[in-house]
Amino acid sequence: MSALSIVAAVLQVVVVLVGAPFVVGGMRQVRARLEGRAGGGVGQPWRDLRKQLRKQQVTPRGTTLVFAVAPAIAAGTTLLIAAILPIFALGSPLDSVADLFGVVGLLFLGTVALTLAGLDTGTAFGGMGSSREITIAALVEPTILLAVFALSIPGQSANLSAIVSATLDNPGQVFSLGSVLAFVALVIVIIAETGRLPVDNPSTHLELTMIHEAMVLEYAGPKLALVEWASGMRLTVLLALLANLFLPWGIAGADPSLLAVLIGVVAIAVKVSVLAGLLAAGEVFIAKLRYFRVPELLSGSFLLALLAVTASYFLATPTR
Amino acid sequence: MTTTVLPAAAAELGEGPRTARLAREAIASGLATTLLGALGLVLGVVAIFGPTRHLRIDWLLPLAGVRFDVDPLGGLFIAVTGAVAVAVGIYTVGYAQREHWARFPMVVLPLFVAGMLLVPAAGSVPTFLLAWELMAAASLVLVLSEHNRGAVRFAGVFYAVMTQLGFVMILLALVLLSAAAGGDAFTTIAAHADDMSAGTRTAVFVLTVLGFGSKAGLLPLHAWLPKAHPEAPSPVSALMSAAMVNMGIYGIIRIDLQILGPGPQWWGLTLMILGAVSAVFGVLQATVATDLKRLLAYSTTENMGLVTLALGTASLLSASGAPDVAAIAMTAALLHVLAHAAFKTLAFLAAGSVLAATGLRDLDKLGGLARRMPVTTVMFGIGALGASGLPMGAGFVSEWILFQSLIHSPPDGNTLLALAMPLSVGAVALTTGLGIASMVKAFGVGFLARPRSVAAEDARESPMSMLTGMGLAAAACAVFAFWPALVAPALRGVLDALPEVGGDTAGVQLATFLRLPGIDGSLSPALLAVALAAGVLLAFAASRWGARHRPAPVEVPLWACGAETLSPRMQYTATSFAEPLQRVFDNVLRPDTDVEVTHFAESQYLVEKVTFTTRLADPVEQRLYTPVVGAVIALAQTVRRAHNGSVHLYLLYGAIGLLVVLLVAQ
Amino acid sequence: MTWIGKIRRVGRIVEPAPAAPEPTVAPPTGVRGSLQLRHVDAGSCNGCELELAGAFSPVYDAEQYGARLIASPRHADGLIVTGVVTHNMHEPLLNTLAAVPEPRVVIAVGDCACNRGVFATAYGVVGSVADVIDVDVQVPGCPPTPDQIVTALRSVTGK
Ligand code: SF4
Repeated sequence: MSALSIVAAVLQVVVVLVGAPFVVGGMRQVRARLEGRAGGGVGQPWRDLRKQLRKQQVTPRGTTLVFAVAPAIAAGTTLLIAAILPIFALGSPLDSVADLFGVVGLLFLGTVALTLAGLDTGTAFGGMGSSREITIAALVEPTILLAVFALSIPGQSANLSAIVSATLDNPGQVFSLGSVLAFVALVIVIIAETGRLPVDNPSTHLELTMIHEAMVLEYAGPKLALVEWASGMRLTVLLALLANLFLPWGIAGADPSLLAVLIGVVAIAVKVSVLAGLLAAGEVFIAKLRYFRVPELLSGSFLLALLAVTASYFLATPTR
Repeated sequence: MTTTVLPAAAAELGEGPRTARLAREAIASGLATTLLGALGLVLGVVAIFGPTRHLRIDWLLPLAGVRFDVDPLGGLFIAVTGAVAVAVGIYTVGYAQREHWARFPMVVLPLFVAGMLLVPAAGSVPTFLLAWELMAAASLVLVLSEHNRGAVRFAGVFYAVMTQLGFVMILLALVLLSAAAGGDAFTTIAAHADDMSAGTRTAVFVLTVLGFGSKAGLLPLHAWLPKAHPEAPSPVSALMSAAMVNMGIYGIIRIDLQILGPGPQWWGLTLMILGAVSAVFGVLQATVATDLKRLLAYSTTENMGLVTLALGTASLLSASGAPDVAAIAMTAALLHVLAHAAFKTLAFLAAGSVLAATGLRDLDKLGGLARRMPVTTVMFGIGALGASGLPMGAGFVSEWILFQSLIHSPPDGNTLLALAMPLSVGAVALTTGLGIASMVKAFGVGFLARPRSVAAEDARESPMSMLTGMGLAAAACAVFAFWPALVAPALRGVLDALPEVGGDTAGVQLATFLRLPGIDGSLSPALLAVALAAGVLLAFAASRWGARHRPAPVEVPLWACGAETLSPRMQYTATSFAEPLQRVFDNVLRPDTDVEVTHFAESQYLVEKVTFTTRLADPVEQRLYTPVVGAVIALAQTVRRAHNGSVHLYLLYGAIGLLVVLLVAQ
Repeated sequence: MTWIGKIRRVGRIVEPAPAAPEPTVAPPTGVRGSLQLRHVDAGSCNGCELELAGAFSPVYDAEQYGARLIASPRHADGLIVTGVVTHNMHEPLLNTLAAVPEPRVVIAVGDCACNRGVFATAYGVVGSVADVIDVDVQVPGCPPTPDQIVTALRSVTGK
């Protein structure tokens, strides 16, 4: 663990903090252009955030501490994940503190905090959003962990640096059957976890069709800013994870030079932009699924992940 | 504090002597339980680190004598039981007074603990069976302590029958073992285990897995658990769910893994399947349960399923020539037993605190307790976090180790492992996912939001002794969540005594960092907590940006979509919260739903009222138990014809019987 | 792939942005180019709603100036009210306004909202929006064109 890998980890957190709203803005912009609109520009989410941060703190009557701290927990877990993941460089100082299982756990910790907040308000919509969100989370978890399993077979480890370096050492395996299946499963999972189409519609105005939005309906001002910031960061971090698990090229090594870190920053920026752009473009073509059809989608992804594990099991070349 | 305040207050009501006596008895009972527990804890810890201790009392049991051999494995289970009893004992001081316990349960409570402490200490088959029966009988009496409620009586009968059925299986298995070994001491049996015929070993395995599995709440003989655990008084529920079920696990480890182990591959596979099915089934039922204590009881089935899955993995892996990974799975199993004891004690004690304050177990009627019972709420939150297996919770580390053992089996073309391990990961992952949902429901609906009934609205915080008991359990949860290294030496000691499942390999290193031998994988729960705290602080700091431009903060009424107010009845309830998941798992859960629409007499287009009822019974119970019970009753009816009350007939039976005996003896 | 072909054929259909109008009120928090509004129909004939939908359609695209319609008044910086205030909607309008965190703006759209319009003498009417709550911006017209609505929005977002 060199000084520069610590710098890289800190940089990851800062860049995710600053960059996440731009990722969201970029996705909205792609969508707007494909719909023939001009769009608010890439900086629109940042303007919204700055505005929300200057608004009044509002406490709905009867809510408890859970409601008050949930946004910070959701954002805090995401920031921690940003520090753990190999985004710019391998070998984050926190790499051995939590592996991919730990990262998934942290992700769910954030989800649970917000679901509890939704229930804490004691409103109909809050409970509805929470119930839907936790249902999806519960069904996503098996897929995500199976995909982790599939990915950890080649490197014989669930620690992220090990997985990524195994891919770097043996680039051919990206195109193995197991890896491709795991990729598709993870994409579906990420779409579900970040509440994108066709699972959830982030720009809906209708409470009855909402999932994530219904849960945070009572948040206002600075707390709302934190919630939206957190969900943007989640999306960014997950896209970065997806990019580096399957296309790690450009990432700096465990003992990087300054130049390597800079290359890593540029590389991941390009990869995340492309992925986000593709995701947004794909959303133009689909409508939201009926809520009770979503489990079918998720069980499909579960099956893909299971096939991925079995495929990598039988086709893997054991390294030890 | 309670003991002095309560009698004083009651004296003004003219109930002085009775209340004072109640207080004295509660203190005596609680103290006895706590002291017994503390003794067990100390002895257990000594046994884990010391050589095996022997004790023989020949006169106590005619013919066989009583024999105790306390080795590290037994010591671990004695220590867990003791630790649970310490917390429960302190809690009972306040609980028994608040709930006006009769004298009988107060006397039996320490006996129950004593029985549970003796089971893992037993060194011979007769002693073991004796202790087992003491434990079973005492728990039955305690389950029946509120016998004036019909549900309790039903649960009691159910429990009595099933626990005795299990006992018969264990009895048969142990008798088979002693007969085959030619001695009733476990040491003798272990020495002769390798000479036994495959048939005997298989029979013993099947019988013990069923018998001990029933005690651990595993499918298909789990049905007593979700009935008896909720109906028992809460301290007893805690003892049953956190300590007594462990005895089933202890039996499986002792007989099937240690004495008869390492078994063939299908033993491990059987345990894994049983564990996986129990875990998924238990958590599904917990997800849709609306009774708080029933939810916790099903969560016990879930967790014991996970432990059994880990045991099966250990057995399968050591039979497949991977003892180093088997040791990891074994560590996961043992650590999960400990962690489960901590968080389940806490959860049941907190549920008892709610029950004592409101008289309610129905989540659909609870809510709003966070403001009325803040300490209990925090306690239940800690327990629920542990049960959901999320980071910062007590169950996370053991589940993490379990996952590691599942994904690190050697991938050298062993088809069995290549199929079993991914499916197990899927099962465990589904279990954790649904476990999160069930615990969010229990905590979010039961404790947050607004009260859904008058009783919940009038809830008051529990007395100090109850809070202290919960506090101890919460401290234990914190240990397992952040510093599991504390129990590392104990686990090491137990593993050393289990070479059959790879106990002689390096095993998991539990320190600040958890590391696995020869495997690239690590976790540091303590550092993760510190880092998370830093992350949350950073998020807070980020949200302070722009604070000086903000108008003064206000408190506002809830957004009611433009209407004046939202009534608490408009909230989501536990039933509605779990409805999507219930729909998804419709085929497994088979809910019984009825919608009845009544129209006005004047017009069939106007609806007067709509009644919606949904009932969720245990599908396994309905499918499997109902036919069996029906068959037994039918058989009993036939047999009944034989004794119609006629003395002549009975004399004839006697004569025939005598003739048969004479003929056979001849 | 007809969809992709369609996207290519249609291209950008948004009309070119005219010069920014004179600001009527300062942006509520001092941040320009971000205005989230909760729409309240206080008793309109739905004519104004259609034009409002037009203002946020791809042709006028009010979103490019930072304005957006959202569902929860808690997330909003103000209300956009259409129609005359009827008895039934009087209380809900006040409740919705109270649910919006400070600082906030109120935009009244259409003649009805500004001065009761054609419903001036109707029996179920409390009054215009300004009779009930403080209004910052008024957009006259029965109904106002999307252009007028967009101009009014821009005069608040300052973009
Ligand atoms: S202003 Fe005209 S279009 Fe708008 S609500 Fe009134 S009557 Fe309808």
